[in-house]
Amino acid sequence: MMSKQHLAFLALALAALLAAPAFLKTYGLYLLTLWLVYVIAALGLNLTVGYAGLKSLCHAGFMGVGAYTVAIMMKAGFSFWLASPLAILLCFVLGLLIGFPALRVQLHYLGFATLGFNLLLVLFFRNEEWLTGGTFGIQNIKRPELFGFAFDGNAPFFYFVLLITVVAGVALALLLRSPWGRAFAALRDNPIRAESTGVNITAYTLMSFAIGAAYAGIAGALFAPLVNFIEPAPFGIANSLLFLMMVVVGGSGRFYGPVLGAAIALLLPEYLRFLKDWYLAVFGFAAVAMMIWLPGGLLSMRETWLLAKSKRDAKRQATPSGAEAA
Amino acid sequence: MTDFLQLLLSGVATGAIYAMAALGFTLLWQAAGTINFAQGEFVMLPAFAMLIGLSFGLPLWAAFLVAVVLSVAVLGAVFKRWIVDPMRGSGVVAVVVATLGLSIGLKSVVKAGYSAEPHPFPSVFGEEVFKLAGVTVSYADVGALLFAGLMVLGLQTFLNKTVTGRAMQAVAQNTFSAEALGINVKRMIFYTFAINAILVAVTALLITPTYLAKFDMGDNIGLKAFFAAIIGGFNNSRGALLGGVIVGVLENLAGAYLTPAYKDGVALLLFLVVILLKPDGLLGTPQERKV
Repeated sequence: MMSKQHLAFLALALAALLAAPAFLKTYGLYLLTLWLVYVIAALGLNLTVGYAGLKSLCHAGFMGVGAYTVAIMMKAGFSFWLASPLAILLCFVLGLLIGFPALRVQLHYLGFATLGFNLLLVLFFRNEEWLTGGTFGIQNIKRPELFGFAFDGNAPFFYFVLLITVVAGVALALLLRSPWGRAFAALRDNPIRAESTGVNITAYTLMSFAIGAAYAGIAGALFAPLVNFIEPAPFGIANSLLFLMMVVVGGSGRFYGPVLGAAIALLLPEYLRFLKDWYLAVFGFAAVAMMIWLPGGLLSMRETWLLAKSKRDAKRQATPSGAEAA
Repeated sequence: MTDFLQLLLSGVATGAIYAMAALGFTLLWQAAGTINFAQGEFVMLPAFAMLIGLSFGLPLWAAFLVAVVLSVAVLGAVFKRWIVDPMRGSGVVAVVVATLGLSIGLKSVVKAGYSAEPHPFPSVFGEEVFKLAGVTVSYADVGALLFAGLMVLGLQTFLNKTVTGRAMQAVAQNTFSAEALGINVKRMIFYTFAINAILVAVTALLITPTYLAKFDMGDNIGLKAFFAAIIGGFNNSRGALLGGVIVGVLENLAGAYLTPAYKDGVALLLFLVVILLKPDGLLGTPQERKV
């Protein structure tokens, strides 16, 4: 169960987010909403990467599938409430289709397969002008409305996205506590042992990947009405790599890792504008350095430090004579 | 028919270039267990090194030599010493993430520090074409094919016929036994990194005239190299050549006869078909799992 500290922290964070629109201007609120959208996508990727141990490099592509599905359907006159579940389902099915051949062979083949698939998706978004508007994209995507109430203003839409983020987060937390979630972790930590205890590796890895893709679909479905205008660029390979870095830098396999990672990848650059393109360079190299010194991500800092300390202590105890002599 | 032959020839030439990047990629994987997701950027960097050399007035061959030396020092030695070595024991996953981070970092440095625009790049073999039995052939294609073919075959001979080459293969097959037999494993692994660094520099020299020098040119090249390596067979050096040529030819034909828009997707489709039918690649041998 959740500790008291944990609950208090969650309540505090939620209260801060609920109060945020009163203190933020248009752009700040937009950025905060965008962050929540990225958090949803990154939560899904964390399931794939952090809990199931798969490398998925198509997350921005799946987000694009979600965004384009919603945009195209809403332009054709369908309701957001019909379009978004379809978008999510489409991502899930695409995840199964691309994941199946790769996962039959080796786990890291999925990395290559998804990277290639992301390339293919961008080609599709760019070339099928009749459907996607090509490089011009799709403009004036409306915000959803429910029972005559439109989430038109920035604050109502922010609250809407916040609600979805919380629901998606809780659903993921419940999934991870279920036997399914345990199986995901088991096959990440030791696939062969997991298989010998009766976990069907292929089915579970595939499922974790497809669910991750579906989360990207949710993020995409919210991204389109948030920015009102979509084009192929945000859904390219570069952003897929960025998503992976978000999860890893925050701490993969930790529930709040992607929340922190998305903040570092999205909010921090706004305050470091003067760095411009160099920010990404620093971010990339920081990920390299982190893999060398802190492979568990920022949230593992305390444990890594404690582990190093206990190792030092153990060493000191093991060689008391050496310590005395020194 | 002449069209077809022309497409075939230029496809084989491009494929042979992919094969070089693929070969380096395979060697690293075999000898050091390093899956290098930054392989495409490893091709991009020497291209820019040569471009900078050219802008200082160096002739192309001199710029190329400088790029090879820099490549062996930075993409070979520094990469091994500072990134791969400290991560020994942290598993494949950490290396994958680190090389992905490296890929982002290198691209961004070139974009921010040099230029975000594509730059034209001269071909070593000039721009001329000649006619052979009615087929228009460019010197660049023939040159690339010969150059890449010689590189790959030369490397094969080196790996199979020389003591050093065989020692490198021994390390790739079983590090522990190799060490027990008195092979200097560390040095052999360094040689592998150095060979990869030379291969990417040559790849850059041959492919940049068609791809243009751009910070994100590596996305495509790296991906084609992975796919070529896996299609041919990840644990077989000749496989890389076969995979590269198949990818190069088929994407050329698909681009001409089906649709140019999805030319870059051909490699992915081939990859998916091959791993569905023959998971170890066309020339690969099945690998056993280690518990």
